[in-house]
Amino acid sequence: MSLSPDELKELARYVLLTRPDEIGCDDWLGYAPSYAELVAAHQPVPEPLQKAAEHLDMCPECAEEFRGLLAALKEDGAGS
Amino acid sequence: MTARTNEDWLRLLGEAEEAAVAELREVLHRGLRRALAGRAAADDGFIEDVTQDGVLKVLGGLTTFRGDSRFTTWAVTVAVRVAFTELRRARWKDVSLDRLVEDAPARQPAAPPTDTPSRDARQALLAEMRRVIDADLTDRQRQALVAEFKGMPQAEIATRMGLTRNALYKLTHDARQSLKRGLEAAGIDGDEVRAAFDM
Repeated sequence: MSLSPDELKELARYVLLTRPDEIGCDDWLGYAPSYAELVAAHQPVPEPLQKAAEHLDMCPECAEEFRGLLAALKEDGAGS
Repeated sequence: MTARTNEDWLRLLGEAEEAAVAELREVLHRGLRRALAGRAAADDGFIEDVTQDGVLKVLGGLTTFRGDSRFTTWAVTVAVRVAFTELRRARWKDVSLDRLVEDAPARQPAAPPTDTPSRDARQALLAEMRRVIDADLTDRQRQALVAEFKGMPQAEIATRMGLTRNALYKLTHDARQSLKRGLEAAGIDGDEVRAAFDM
């Protein structure tokens, strides 16, 4: 086991954010399109989609994909 | 561009209608160019390749479209995951999971000492975290968690451990919960963790 102090600090940050009912990355992908459309349109996010937002706090990779998705949706990227 | 309803897209792509497939390819290509803008590894050839992979992934997954967004948003979402997974795979393809977890030295040395009380608290917490990780986590949980915090992408860890991304997430989620319980059992609460790490 070879995590450095800084890696353990990052792990501790995630441990503090850990909730019992998190969704996984594949589940997040199911929520992502409707969540992205709301975020792109600056619309409020309803309760069922809050889990998608929470997942992004826990998963840097899905967060990176989400930023890419929002960029893709700008202008007419996927609006037809 | 043709204005199509979600139902039109599903019907036409389900029939592999040529114009609809070509338009899907155009939508994905344009979306991926925006999603990957500024990434040196995402050159024209890469974007062409992942566009094609994305088209195939979308066509193969039409029945998984839930209908709660525009079809094209869903399709671009699928393609974005394909593209980022491929970018990460290219970066990590030569890294052994076992070596990363078992042999690699810690990436950074311990932080230099500051004042004694906070340094002591930090060192005690680090020691307790290591103890809980060693004592309370399963081998698979430990392997996945360490690889994740060494920076290996989820998809790469999942592939090498024979898991889906969801299953890997559950494994590391369970590990984080065990670590949280272990620290609490040792009398370490969230406030102490934040104080020790200056969070």
